[in-house]
Amino acid sequence: MAHSDHDNPALGHHWESFEQQHQGNVMGMWLFLSTEIMLFSGMFLAYFIFRMLYPDMFTAANHFQNVFLGTVNTAVLIMSSVTMVLAVRSAQVGNNRLLRIFLLATAFLGLVFLGIKAYEYYEHWHEGLVPGLHWTNAELIADEAKGIFKGSAQIYFFMYFVMTIIHALHMTVGLGIVLTLWWRARDGRFLKEGFDPIELIGLYWHFVDVVWVFLFPLLYLLGKQG
Amino acid sequence: MAHIVPVRTYLMVGLALILLTAITVAVAYVDLGPLNEVVALAVAAIKATLIVLIFMNARYAKGPTKLFIFMGLIMMAIFMVFTMDDYMTRQWTLFTQP
Repeated sequence: MAHSDHDNPALGHHWESFEQQHQGNVMGMWLFLSTEIMLFSGMFLAYFIFRMLYPDMFTAANHFQNVFLGTVNTAVLIMSSVTMVLAVRSAQVGNNRLLRIFLLATAFLGLVFLGIKAYEYYEHWHEGLVPGLHWTNAELIADEAKGIFKGSAQIYFFMYFVMTIIHALHMTVGLGIVLTLWWRARDGRFLKEGFDPIELIGLYWHFVDVVWVFLFPLLYLLGKQG
Repeated sequence: MAHIVPVRTYLMVGLALILLTAITVAVAYVDLGPLNEVVALAVAAIKATLIVLIFMNARYAKGPTKLFIFMGLIMMAIFMVFTMDDYMTRQWTLFTQP
């Protein structure tokens, strides 16, 4: 078994078998993802602390979020995760045509997400909601001066921009890797036993999706009931 | 070697995730008091669990991979719990009253 596997160039010479190579690759990817969990949990923690210190300010600032665009973006990202997982499956069953179609679909949906996000940033700039650079929103500045809420609403938008920009940066990196793999998949090298690179970018893509699953309710939805 | 999951499973999970998103948006506009935050985070946790277990195939993870998955979560719990321990108890005046 182990000897016959080595006739296949998809198996690295330092592995004994495809099973071992697959487990090693997946384990390494999860090690990387656990550092990513730590990166994002630091930011979520800062969000929770500010939210606990200035609850009314968060509700007031949250009022300016476009829930419709946020919901559409959540759906787009979920659909991109579905196309990603179907790309992995296509590689596993050896269908190169479907693999490349699903990779391209994933990249397209990722691009739609980033486009909608960019439009939201444009709206925030237009409404004067960019802390430090362009903080001219009359309503928030007036309410803050009147003491309707404690703290500055700039804190909320600072957290919002840091978290979503770092998330978007991850999306951009993922997009680049998905397109690179789409290009390299021309010769069918990722089919059957060679599907590990597709599986690994899939893990990364879904992880970025999970981060958004938490960002969306925290940044868009909480405070809407008031 | 690799577990090949039926397409139907992936589509059903995708559908469930979309439905959960619709639920969490709808519930956000109903005033449940402090429960709004609980529901929002609970739905997000269910969605995340579905993605990790089904899409990321964590349910097939072997020993060392499982270790790394839980290590990330445990580190996150340590950050959150130990920091909040401090922040949430700063107002306690039990031992400083005259």
